[in-house]
Amino acid sequence: MTFILNFLSLGIPFSVALLIASLGEMFNQRAGIFNLGCEGIMAMGAFLGMLIPYSIGRGADVPGIYNYLGLLVATGVGALLGLFFAMVVVTFRAPQGIAGIGLQMFGVGTAGTLFRHFVGGTQSIPGINRAPIPFLADIPVLGPLFFNHNPLVYVAFFLVPIAWYVLFKTPWGLRVRAVGTHPRAADSIGIQVNKVRFQALALGGALAGLAGAYLSLCQAKMFSDEIIAGRGFIAVALVYFGHWNPVKIMGGALLFSLAQALQLAIQGLGIDFPYEFLVMLPYVLVILVLTLSRKAQHMGPTALGKPFNREMRT
Amino acid sequence: MTKRFNTGYKITVIILSILVAMLIGAVILIAIGADVLKTYLVILTEPLKNKIGITEVLLRMIPLTIVALGITVAYRSGIINIGAEGQMAIGILATTAIALLFPNLPSYVLIPFAILAGALGGAFWGFIPGFLKAKLEVSELLSTVMLNYIAAQLYTFFLRGPMLDPAELTMGSGTPQSMRLTRNLDLTRLIPGTRLHSGIFIAIALALLIYLLLWKTSYGFKMRAAGAQERAARYGGINVPKYLIIAMVISGAFAGMAGAIEIAGVHRRAIEGVTSGYGFSGIVVALFGGLHPAGILPAAFFFGLLLYGADMTQRLVGVPANMVQVLQGVIILVIVSSKMILANPYLQQRVETKWLALTKQSRKEVQA
Repeated sequence: MTFILNFLSLGIPFSVALLIASLGEMFNQRAGIFNLGCEGIMAMGAFLGMLIPYSIGRGADVPGIYNYLGLLVATGVGALLGLFFAMVVVTFRAPQGIAGIGLQMFGVGTAGTLFRHFVGGTQSIPGINRAPIPFLADIPVLGPLFFNHNPLVYVAFFLVPIAWYVLFKTPWGLRVRAVGTHPRAADSIGIQVNKVRFQALALGGALAGLAGAYLSLCQAKMFSDEIIAGRGFIAVALVYFGHWNPVKIMGGALLFSLAQALQLAIQGLGIDFPYEFLVMLPYVLVILVLTLSRKAQHMGPTALGKPFNREMRT
Repeated sequence: MTKRFNTGYKITVIILSILVAMLIGAVILIAIGADVLKTYLVILTEPLKNKIGITEVLLRMIPLTIVALGITVAYRSGIINIGAEGQMAIGILATTAIALLFPNLPSYVLIPFAILAGALGGAFWGFIPGFLKAKLEVSELLSTVMLNYIAAQLYTFFLRGPMLDPAELTMGSGTPQSMRLTRNLDLTRLIPGTRLHSGIFIAIALALLIYLLLWKTSYGFKMRAAGAQERAARYGGINVPKYLIIAMVISGAFAGMAGAIEIAGVHRRAIEGVTSGYGFSGIVVALFGGLHPAGILPAAFFFGLLLYGADMTQRLVGVPANMVQVLQGVIILVIVSSKMILANPYLQQRVETKWLALTKQSRKEVQA
């Protein structure tokens, strides 16, 4: 019982980075842009998130406000990188898959370069600690499971209904879905397709930056080159798996994080099993999930991956 | 005239792309307080100043060329292979296994055999995403990335377990690496005192082979047709899924071969970090070389220069070697962005008319 409880309460925080990043990617894809550079934006977010409190505190404890400043900067730079990517794939109509790889290399490379210059080696930071919710955290079983987490964990799960509301119940969400489904029709009723795509990419980039900062500030409490470890790509896969729907994406993120927690729990039990095969597990799971959810691809935004050119005849 | 203008136009756009990429890279360099001009000067000229430098650049050119050729075959067939890194790793494992199992075979049997094994290993790792894409519509972008991570774990598993150097076990240092492979596998070093090996001839031969395959055989034509216009190709009776799988298998085989040749020519044992990003750099080389073997060879030389030059910036100007990854990323972004300028006939026409007018004017001036 305690084993299962430990494993579940370990798994929930793991889902946060995936969840936030894939919600952002969902907005990108709903607007018709496939952003494979999510990994690079997350790397920049993770680096900036730890840089701000580290450079102010130099390892010592800093007032919590600087941690939140780190989150804010990571989010802002994420949005800027999203806009940069928008310029490449929306304005210049570059093929999105390969451009995403470019953004990924740019982000990971820049984070690594700046990290070596400004920080040097591995440095741990105090980061943001868990904040139990008064009274609720004391409830047996449910308390440790749901109410004894990092503040960002609550924020992430709160983002799910917000993302759902924005996407399905606001005029802007409708415009996003329109430009991702039939940009020409959207254009004909006066929606500025490229403008909406820029906005969606800025939002997606901001969320990816936040997700990266969560990893360095709350989960690992340090930065390293491998901190993202493919989570950006998994987030993209989760969007397919979750049928471009925030609630289903949350389910997918939880599935993956529980698989990861299970892996750590098995290691903790001291069962003799090659460590490498456990680490492999989430990546194998992604391929399986993509194979199983292939039919869902036809439910996705129909203009996904296609640049919109106003001057072209269809 | 038009053809000459076309080539000139393309080369001008590519040179402008490099300049834009370097400009964006300069922002990062300024952020870390480095001397921008000096850094670029070190990257681009320092390696060419002596014999060791030039051979080291050529050495890096070998895997870059082979990987980029494989990526070209896939890209031309309409499938983007980001998995070269993993395919290389599996190829290295296969080569190492052959060399460990048959250490006594003579060189002229073992070398082709081991390289073939590497190619088959990579081909298998390329077949998986090709099959998933062709039959199950799984995005190759995601599956190849995931297979990279899986291959990296498999690689460490084998180096720490079944293939671990027995000496490491007794000495107790536990570095994950295989033992020094049999000397029969060694590719000859061409110039004494340097690491440049005969693999460079294999790379050039493979470039020729890919040119013949893609442009002089019906297989190549069908693959390019499938990549250029899938629907039209299918209407023309081409079995598109079949050619997608073939393209990915070839692509993987090339990456695997690149790994095998790295082992036989440079490291002589399987160690960690052999692939060192060649899989990703190969994408940049392929794009930069215009997805054509004739362009890939010079592009591979340029990026070999960049990779080796970046190693030197750490020591000479204090710029971390990761800077090369930044430049590669930016170069991809700039090149794909410039495609619109390259493919815009209206823009091209306007530039051409201006250019013609200019040359006529200058000719008149000369006559006068």
